[in-house]
Amino acid sequence: MAGFLIKRILQAAFVIVAVTLVVAFAVRLTGDPALMLSQGAGSITEEDLARIREALGVNKPFLVQYTDFFLGIFTLDFGRSFLGGTPVIDLIGNALPATLMLAFASMFVSIAVSIPLGIKAAVSRGKWADQFIRIISLIGLSFPNFWLAIMLVLLFSITLQWLPPSGMDGFASFLMPAITMGIILTATNVRLVRTSMLETMQSQYIMVARAKGLSESTVLYKHALRNCAIPLITYFGLQFGGLLGGIVVVERVFNWPGLGTLAFDAVGARDYPVLQAVITVLSMLIVGVNLLVDIAYGLIDPRIRTE
Amino acid sequence: MTAIAKSARFKRYKNLEFILGVLLTGGICLAVLFSNLLFPDGGDKINLMARLTAPFTDTAHILGTDPLGRDVLARVVMGGKISLQVGILSVAGAVVIGVIMGLVSGYYRGFWDMIVMRFADVQLALPFILLAITFIAIVGGGLTNMIILLIVSQWVQYARLVRGSVLSLRDREFIQSAQAIGVRDIHILLRHLLPNLIGPVIVLMTLNVANNILLESSLTFLGLGVDPLIPSWGGMLADGRTYLQNAWWVSVFPGLAILLTVLGLNLLGDWLRDSLDPTGRTSR
Repeated sequence: MAGFLIKRILQAAFVIVAVTLVVAFAVRLTGDPALMLSQGAGSITEEDLARIREALGVNKPFLVQYTDFFLGIFTLDFGRSFLGGTPVIDLIGNALPATLMLAFASMFVSIAVSIPLGIKAAVSRGKWADQFIRIISLIGLSFPNFWLAIMLVLLFSITLQWLPPSGMDGFASFLMPAITMGIILTATNVRLVRTSMLETMQSQYIMVARAKGLSESTVLYKHALRNCAIPLITYFGLQFGGLLGGIVVVERVFNWPGLGTLAFDAVGARDYPVLQAVITVLSMLIVGVNLLVDIAYGLIDPRIRTE
Repeated sequence: MTAIAKSARFKRYKNLEFILGVLLTGGICLAVLFSNLLFPDGGDKINLMARLTAPFTDTAHILGTDPLGRDVLARVVMGGKISLQVGILSVAGAVVIGVIMGLVSGYYRGFWDMIVMRFADVQLALPFILLAITFIAIVGGGLTNMIILLIVSQWVQYARLVRGSVLSLRDREFIQSAQAIGVRDIHILLRHLLPNLIGPVIVLMTLNVANNILLESSLTFLGLGVDPLIPSWGGMLADGRTYLQNAWWVSVFPGLAILLTVLGLNLLGDWLRDSLDPTGRTSR
């Protein structure tokens, strides 16, 4: 087990180093922040630009800049934003909770819908209800999330005027972004729930439970669902990464004050510290969740460890 | 119900899935192929007198007109061109690279295998959209760059899939006998291994064309994709958003076009998956 743990942690560490290296390098190719900052300033000489670069620290060799940035991660010091000089960690500290809350709300919507639907599909396997749910989930999978967001705004904010069209302000503002993300997640999750329920339903303990004369709902919810919980939680965990990626676009449509919006503004302004910090934080979240899922799985299932 | 009746019903459903998928995908492909004949002006004709005509009121503009008086139907059809181009070309590029890398890394293991797997780890940890906005900030938007971006970020999926199949096939008797009688490696890879693992690759390709159409339209919607002057579904949605209050049709129809195209491809992919897997393992 110790070997397995060390191997997985080393792999994760490698990924983090590689990701930060790629990001730091790529971010610096996006353009000269000194030019962006001095835009519209009238007569700017080459010396002025050099002074700005000096002040921002972007004239140092790449490896020096990268080392500074990488070591900073351990002390949560991501430098200061090129615009306004706010410490990047403060910007992240404000935006991360907004993104995470939205992610969890979407997960909640999706799990609340996909578990009953998936069970229904598994129980009525091959019947019309199963096929209907399958078609619905394919349609859900085909929705462009930003368009779904726009259509929800059209219906609930413009036509019915029930919900605020953008921003994060109280419970009502969570509904549309969470439903947008939730519907698209649900489309995949229904199938996952259905498949793992079908597998579980073939186990002998389900036959035993039925033979004992337990009611169908006890068999389904107490015996089958509980036993699918482990693989399902794994899938949901692994989905988290994809979810964070998708949220960026939805954040943009709803003007949500999260990491996606922060990253967008940072690209426009060539604000390297902010952009590389956002991508690093998101990647670390994804790697961290995957690592936890892997380790949990290895603890439960010894076959994974020796793979 | 008997198993036979059940499987007959499942077959009927699969047929329905296939027919719907072909109708949607085929219809859109035909419309795009003949778009230049159907709409000689390319949907670019500006007519400010007819701006924001509501749909279904004017036979000349069945789906209405946009804020510049351009025909929404014509622009939706022209926009399909971009989406299909990006979807098909990006998948074609990723498949070629991914399959070659997967075959080599699975068959020879060793150095290439390590490279592919570590690449895969890194790419799985990068949030795609953020990778995309950084990439586009470096090289600029546009059709070619978008296709390159999608190839770079997706070849690993095929490499992993192929590598997995090669690993399970390479020790089977038919490969060992081929090796024993001295068949050349290139021949084993292309004639013996490739045909045995191409099924899942085709399924993944179909689903990824759909997926890439979604990604392309998201990026263009965010202003990071193809040139805003060229009609594209994402670009039309970005324009239409401003007029959501009084002209819903400008935003509804391009989105509907994306939905139907992607749905058609997903239906076909789903159908293919079950047809190529006669044991029905994946569709259970």
